[in-house]
Amino acid sequence: MDGLDQLKSDWLARIGAAQDESTLEDLRVGALGKKGDISLRMRDLGAMSPEQRQVAGPALNALKDEVTAALAAKKAALGDAALDERLRAEWLDVTLPARHRRQGTIHPVSQVTEEVTAIFADMGFAVAEGPQIETDWYNFDALNIPGHHPARAEMDTFYTHRAPGDDRPPHVLRTHTSPVQIRYMEAHGAPIRVIAPGRVYRADYDQTHTPMFHQVEGLAIDRDISMANLKWVLESFFSAYFGTAVRTRFRASHFPFTEPSAEVDIQCSWEGGTVKVGEGNDWLEVLGSGMVHPKVLQAGGVDPDLWQGFAFGMGIDRIAMLKYGIPDLRAFFDSDLRWLRHYGFSALQVPAVHSGV
Amino acid sequence: MKFTLSWLKDHLDTEATLDEITEALTDLGLEVEGVEDPAARLAPFTIARIQSAEQHPDADRLRVCMVETDDGMKQIVCGAPNARAGITVVLAKPGDYVPGIDTTLAVGKIRGVESHGMMASERELELSDEHGGIIELPSGTVGQKFTDWLAAHDPAKVDPVIEIAITPNRQDALGIHGIARDLAARGLGTLKPHDPQPVQGRFPCPVAVTIDADTLEVAPHFAGRVIRGVKNGPSPKWLQDRLRAIGLRPISALVDVTNYFTYDMNRPLHVFDVDKMQGGLRVHRAKGGETLLALDGKTYSLRAGHTLISDARGPESLAGIMGGEDTGCTDDTVTVFLESAWWDPVHTALTGRDLKIHSDARYRFERGVDPDYTLPGLEAATRMILDLCGGEASDVVEAGAAPKTARSYSLDTRRVVSLVGMDIPKAEQVRILTSLGFSATGAGDTLEVWVPSWRRDVQGEADLVEEVARIRSLTQLEPKPMPRATAGVPKPVLTPMQMRERMARRTAAALGYNECVTYSFIDRAAAALFGGGSDAVMLENPISADLSHMRPDLLPGLLRAAARNQARGMMDLALFEVGHAFHGGEPGEQHLQVAGLLVGHSGPRDPHGARRAVDVFDIKADAEAILAAMGAPAKVQILRGGPDWWHPGRHGVISLGPQKRLGVFGELHPKVLKAMDVKGQAMAFVLTPADIPLPKAANASRGAVEMAGFQAVERDFAFVVDAQTEAAVLVNAAAGADKALIAEVRVFDEFIGGALGEGRKSIALSVRLQPRDRTLTEDEIDAVAAKIVDKVQKATGGLLRG
Repeated sequence: MDGLDQLKSDWLARIGAAQDESTLEDLRVGALGKKGDISLRMRDLGAMSPEQRQVAGPALNALKDEVTAALAAKKAALGDAALDERLRAEWLDVTLPARHRRQGTIHPVSQVTEEVTAIFADMGFAVAEGPQIETDWYNFDALNIPGHHPARAEMDTFYTHRAPGDDRPPHVLRTHTSPVQIRYMEAHGAPIRVIAPGRVYRADYDQTHTPMFHQVEGLAIDRDISMANLKWVLESFFSAYFGTAVRTRFRASHFPFTEPSAEVDIQCSWEGGTVKVGEGNDWLEVLGSGMVHPKVLQAGGVDPDLWQGFAFGMGIDRIAMLKYGIPDLRAFFDSDLRWLRHYGFSALQVPAVHSGV
Repeated sequence: MKFTLSWLKDHLDTEATLDEITEALTDLGLEVEGVEDPAARLAPFTIARIQSAEQHPDADRLRVCMVETDDGMKQIVCGAPNARAGITVVLAKPGDYVPGIDTTLAVGKIRGVESHGMMASERELELSDEHGGIIELPSGTVGQKFTDWLAAHDPAKVDPVIEIAITPNRQDALGIHGIARDLAARGLGTLKPHDPQPVQGRFPCPVAVTIDADTLEVAPHFAGRVIRGVKNGPSPKWLQDRLRAIGLRPISALVDVTNYFTYDMNRPLHVFDVDKMQGGLRVHRAKGGETLLALDGKTYSLRAGHTLISDARGPESLAGIMGGEDTGCTDDTVTVFLESAWWDPVHTALTGRDLKIHSDARYRFERGVDPDYTLPGLEAATRMILDLCGGEASDVVEAGAAPKTARSYSLDTRRVVSLVGMDIPKAEQVRILTSLGFSATGAGDTLEVWVPSWRRDVQGEADLVEEVARIRSLTQLEPKPMPRATAGVPKPVLTPMQMRERMARRTAAALGYNECVTYSFIDRAAAALFGGGSDAVMLENPISADLSHMRPDLLPGLLRAAARNQARGMMDLALFEVGHAFHGGEPGEQHLQVAGLLVGHSGPRDPHGARRAVDVFDIKADAEAILAAMGAPAKVQILRGGPDWWHPGRHGVISLGPQKRLGVFGELHPKVLKAMDVKGQAMAFVLTPADIPLPKAANASRGAVEMAGFQAVERDFAFVVDAQTEAAVLVNAAAGADKALIAEVRVFDEFIGGALGEGRKSIALSVRLQPRDRTLTEDEIDAVAAKIVDKVQKATGGLLRG
């Protein structure tokens, strides 16, 4: 066969020079179409002698394969070039801001309440609730604070209005979460392990006091629960809550509803004007506690000859301030968006003992 | 309660340091609130002597002194007029902090002459206001510590003042003697005995005393005596120093003696000027309407039942609370009646509360004063008056008698150990109780414990346990593990409602809302806008008019929060709160709400044009998401007719049937927003989690999922209906066309007016048909479509849009 080499180099050159897909298609038809150069040569094979065909057949087939491959490669190259060209035009300024998505937050009081709940739940404490408007019996009398007790006057109690002719003693906004102790005992009897977080109210407003704040009450009643158990429970709690071993100091004190009573301090340091819990040699008062007074057990319908146990009450806002370094209590209830965003928590940051609280 | 260390040592023989004492006090339950120790402030200063004083070369009023110090001779420039050779002075060296001028000294040059320290005036050391010259000591050796010299020559100047908080039960610690008793019981020294011997009367008491029969119950014991020929006037320096140190103003010897015993022994006393009295003293109940000018210069009007001390002229003293001005002692008093009485605590508290008088006497009588010390206190005070003012004492006159308080309780010593969790042997329990003045006797495990007259607060076994634990020291308590109530993994403790509350809170935050905690009380006007503000939920003593009524709803608090944020320039807000609202003033008349508020825009301006004003369908989506998170059924009805703080046409009541309302969403009424100072429109939802029905079965199993293998078919329909026809009606009608086949009906377009004409709109529905057992044929699809058109037309009169 004559001129095959020439034919090959012509077609490969034309394919290589093609600038677009339609030119390439024309070339394909010109070479390999029904009347294409190479197809016509193939047709000539029939007229050859077997000897000639033996030589020319493979040569023509090789040429056909080579041109087919060149066409395919060129087509891919042209496609890539076209895509590159389009992508070059599709440049975006990706430094532009993203579409806005609101970031919600959980209030520190809610977060810390859940943290406290997670830790105490691990120790088997359930969560109880009670009314915020209380009778003076639940808030005071049942807790061994009779009407003339000086502690009543010191509580800065809010009273609700009584209509003329309504001679009942006024209700109060509960001054502590302790009335929940009585209600829970009445409803469930002993044994008991329960905490009661919630809002409490005192008529006081200054740098460190707001007329509403949050407490969590703890109550454990069983046959032989002691103050030493209370100390262990509180130290376990504080260590889990602050994420570091925390020692406590029990100081004798007086609350009408517990006996013996103790103020509980946690170990801290005051270096550089900030408080660090769990280190140093100073003590910070964080809660009041004690063994439930027999009269309180009686008021809740629990026999003090058979049952004994401890109770404690601590400020949720206060331990939130301590842990998260929040300076001003009043800001908790002001709802300033900047504050909510800064001190708030992510919705998915759910406190759990296994992931840390 | 304040006292000085030296005063304490009048009652306590101790070698303990100030630190040991204050630590023990706090541990005993007498919490130290502050210690002022002048010695600490004066510690660096030493005594020196001026050897020579020459005129400063460049300053008329300065002298250059050579001063003999414990560090050798020092040159000090001094401007005091009395700086001269030979005097003994108090030296502050370079490096010392001088409190009165708030300066730490350094070697300095004064007008070119080096000065190595300073010689201090009293004011510079905060000893007094005296600044006429430097201190000249009458004695002292060079190098001696100034505090040592003061301790020997003017001890009041270095007497530490301790302030402690007294819990309401500790009447005994309102006297320094009682504080000493606690410390002695702890082992910090020995309590000095206090046993005043009676003063023999020289003459019969000219003032008779009586108690009315109807008053004996609240005023059981009244005693006193006349002391005549006294010379009143300023009390001696030691007494004045003590009173000043604890914050009292010395008045005159007679009055100072009464104040002294108030603090020393918790024994309030009163002195009458006999020459201003008429006749004897009668203790009786007020009839009501009597008035008395009291020692605080105010006139009090009495109510029937208050207890008074009157003479022939009329009321002269408010029993147990405050004396009268008319019979008060002055420097001219020569004949005095000294009163020592016992007043009922509860009655005193109530009278004091009525009259709004806060006095040392009331504070003590209402907590309890030792009834057995009425007469000994009278004798002790008599002695002091005779010592300080001279004169002679009459016989004691007495009406009534000390109330009987003797009582005993049995104490199970094992119970002490069981309650406290500390091993305190019986002998130690007995020792503690005895050292506190109790008597504790008995063989075996149970003690019979008699309570001393000064411990009114001890009313049972539990109080005795507390005394033992307190003195033994709770600081010593070793933590003891509390076993789990049940073995193994703790059970979940939250109730379904508590879980619901958490899910709502975290879903709202996940949807971009910031959680607020607002006060539970709000002003009446705001409460009234939301259906509250009645007297039933009013506080009798609000902290301010802004916080006077329990909130009927969470929205007013959130709106106020929004207004505050807007005022600070933050206009795009998504706030929420989970908390209780109050529908009445009785305990339990509260219900949990989840409330959200959207104000402003979806976000800040951006290059994507994504910013738009928030609208009803934003809030609806969020309300639905939160309800779903709380487990509300997917199928709810949206009704109208919510409360009037909502925009009448732009809110929906999410309901399960006409009676069961789960919440409301929508736009708030413009009038309400204006009243709450909120700018722009506001979208809100209020949900009541308690109204969501609880799931029937507590089973974790979800049932099988349905994933049909046959192709679903979607068909779109557009109906022209009256503009007031609700899309939900069309959706329900379409869905009812073939309940088995129609899996979903979705509104995908709404077009109002235009070519449709006034009052008409087009609603476009996309209906998905999901066959379960075969592929649908075109004929079957057409048949369902025709049924849908028919149903919708019947329900709404709407026609398929051509």
